[in-house]
Amino acid sequence: MPVTSETSVEVRDLTMSFGSGGAGRRPTMVQVLHDLTFDIGSAETLGLVGESGSGKSTVGRILVGLLKPTGGSVRLFGRSVTGADRAANFAAVRSRVQFVFQDPHAALNPRIRVGHSIAEPIDIAGKHSRRDRDDRVRQLLELVGLPRDSADRFPHEFSGGQRQRIVIARALSLSPDFVVCDEPVSALDVSMQAQIVNLLMDLQDRFGLSYLFIAHDMTVVRAIARRVAVMYAGSIVEIARNADLYADPLHPYTRALLDAMPRPDPTRIRPRTIPGEVPSLLAPPSGCRFHTRCPHVMPRCRDESPRLLEIAPGRQVACHLFTAAETTEP
Amino acid sequence: MPADALVSIRDLTVQFRTDRGWVSAIEDISLDINAGECLGVVGESGSGKSVTALSILRLHARGTARAARGSIMLDGRDLLRAPERDLRRVRGGDIAMVFQDPMSSLNPVLTIADQISESLRLHQGLSRAEGRSRAIELLDLVRIADAPRRADEYPHRLSGGMRQRVMIAIAIACRPRLLIADEPTTALDVTIQAQILELLRDLRAELGMAVMMISHDLGVIAEFAHRVVVMYAGRIVEQAPVGTLFSAPRHPYTEGLMTSLRGRDIPGQRLGSIPGRVPDPDESIPGCRFGPRCAHVEAVCRAAVPALVSISENHDVRCTPRSQALAPACL
Repeated sequence: MPVTSETSVEVRDLTMSFGSGGAGRRPTMVQVLHDLTFDIGSAETLGLVGESGSGKSTVGRILVGLLKPTGGSVRLFGRSVTGADRAANFAAVRSRVQFVFQDPHAALNPRIRVGHSIAEPIDIAGKHSRRDRDDRVRQLLELVGLPRDSADRFPHEFSGGQRQRIVIARALSLSPDFVVCDEPVSALDVSMQAQIVNLLMDLQDRFGLSYLFIAHDMTVVRAIARRVAVMYAGSIVEIARNADLYADPLHPYTRALLDAMPRPDPTRIRPRTIPGEVPSLLAPPSGCRFHTRCPHVMPRCRDESPRLLEIAPGRQVACHLFTAAETTEP
Repeated sequence: MPADALVSIRDLTVQFRTDRGWVSAIEDISLDINAGECLGVVGESGSGKSVTALSILRLHARGTARAARGSIMLDGRDLLRAPERDLRRVRGGDIAMVFQDPMSSLNPVLTIADQISESLRLHQGLSRAEGRSRAIELLDLVRIADAPRRADEYPHRLSGGMRQRVMIAIAIACRPRLLIADEPTTALDVTIQAQILELLRDLRAELGMAVMMISHDLGVIAEFAHRVVVMYAGRIVEQAPVGTLFSAPRHPYTEGLMTSLRGRDIPGQRLGSIPGRVPDPDESIPGCRFGPRCAHVEAVCRAAVPALVSISENHDVRCTPRSQALAPACL
C-alpha cells in the first residue's frame, strides 16, 4: 500500500455557474457552487452529502475534469488543474483519477462485452500488450469478486450489483489513486448496497485509494467516510469527522437531514420535520440560503451569508449561530 | 376472514407471460388489510410487492398478466372476478393509489384542479365548478399553501414534493377506505420525504382510512406501519406487528436486512451483507427460494417449499427450521 503524506485533492474557493435559458433568450448565469474549500487526504474517504440540487454531483464532475469550473482552484496530487498549465497538468494525472457513476445500467455499453469495457481505459492509455491486457482484465474481475469468464459476457447477463462491480473494475483498470463515487449504491437494493460498500472499503485498504463518496443517503456515508461535508444549495454548510457529525451535528441543516432520515427503529420518537423545500437556484434567498427553512433564523441570517469557519480542530461550520459567538468574544 | 378485515387476499398467484411461458411473479400471497390500519409491505426489487398492490385494483395489463389462483375480497365481493364496470367504482372510490413517480403520474396538459376533480366528477357527479372548489379544499387538506392559485396551475409549475401532495389529494378525493401508497417517497429528497410521511400519517388519522405502505426502505416502514409483511422473491416470508418484527425478526432474510442496515452506525466496519442476489422469477430453485443465500440452510429447506407458519400470535414465518423450533407444538 503506497503510504504518502500527499494530499490527493485540494479545492480552494471553487465556484461554478451555468448559463440558463433557451434559444432567443439572453442566458442568465446561475451559480450552482459557491466558494467551496476542502481537501481529501491520501487513502481518505470524504463523504459529500446533500439533497438534489445541492451541487454535489457538479463537484464530482469538476474533480474528474468533466466540467471546467468558473472560479477557484483545484489541485490534484499537488498539480493545479485549473491554472495556466491545466491541460498539461491534467494529462499528467488523468490516469490517477477515475469515476464510478450511480447507474450501472447506463454506464456500460450493452453491445460491448464486459471484458472490452473494462479494458477500454487500458487501450486508451495504450501501454499494454494484448496478452497483458487480457491478464489484467481477469485480475480485475477477480478483484471485484466476479467470475473470470465474465469478460466474454454482455452487461444484460448481470444483475445491478454485478454491473456495479464491473464499473468498479473498469475504474480500477489504470490503478488510480483517487476515485469519485457518485451515488454508487443508490440504485441498488439494500442487501446489494452492503456488498458494494464492503468492496469499496476493501479496495481502499488494499490500494490506498482516496474516495470522494457522493450520496444522499447519510447512513451509507456513515459507514464508509472518514470525514463528511454537507452541502446545501451550492455551499458547504459543515465539514466534520464522521463520528462528530453524526453524534453532534452543528449546522441546523445537518441536524434536519439527520432527523429526517427514517431509521429502522419503530420506537424512535420522531423529531419535527423542517418546512419548505430546497430554494430555486434561479432565485436564491438572500444571506444564508438555509434561512427560509431554519428553525433558528436570526435577522442577521437574512442579510449576511455565513462563511465556513473552523470552530474546533477538524470541524468547520457555516452558520451565524457559531460565528456570532466568536465575534462577541473579546 | 377476520371481522375487521377490509381487504382479504387469499392464496393469490399472479403470473406474467414471457418467452418461456407463464411465470409466477407472486405465489400464494395471503394477507388481510384491516380497517384503519397501516400495513407496511417491504421487500427488494423483484419481491412482488408492487405486483401484489396492483392486483388489488386489477391494474395489470390484460393478456400479459393473469391471476392464476386466489381471491381478493372487499365487502364480500371477489375483486378478481368482479366485472370491469364494478371495478371502476372501486378504483379511486373505495380504494385509491399513490405511485412512486409524481412526475409521470400527472397529466402535463391539465390543470391541478381538473385532475383532482376528475374522480369526483366521475364518482360523485359533481359539476366542473363544484369540482374546482372541492379541489381547493383538498389542496388545503394536503397542506399546499395558496391553494386557489395552485389549483389553476399546471404540474410543471410544482416541485416533486408538491406534485406528490397533489397525487395524494387526487387519491383521497373520494374518501377511500384504503389508500395504497407504492413507494410514495422514494423519488423525493429526505427532508421532503419526512414531510410527506407526516402528511400521510395525519391524513390517515383524520380520515380514518387504512394505508398499505409499500417500500424497499425498512426505515420508512418502521416509522409508518403498525404491521409489516416482508416479501422475498414473490412470497411472504414473514409478517408481524412492527415492534415484534424489528426487535425479534425470525426469518433469516429479515435478519439479514436488519443487520445490513444497523451495521452502518459504526464507521469503517464492514457491513453485514446477504451474499448472492435475488433470483429471477423463472429461476427454478428447489424448496425455499432464499435457500441459496441463507447462512442457516439445511437439507429440509431444499426438500420442500416451506409453509407460512404462525409462531406466535400475529407472527408468521416461512422458514421450516425456524418454525419447527419456534411454533407452538400442535397437540
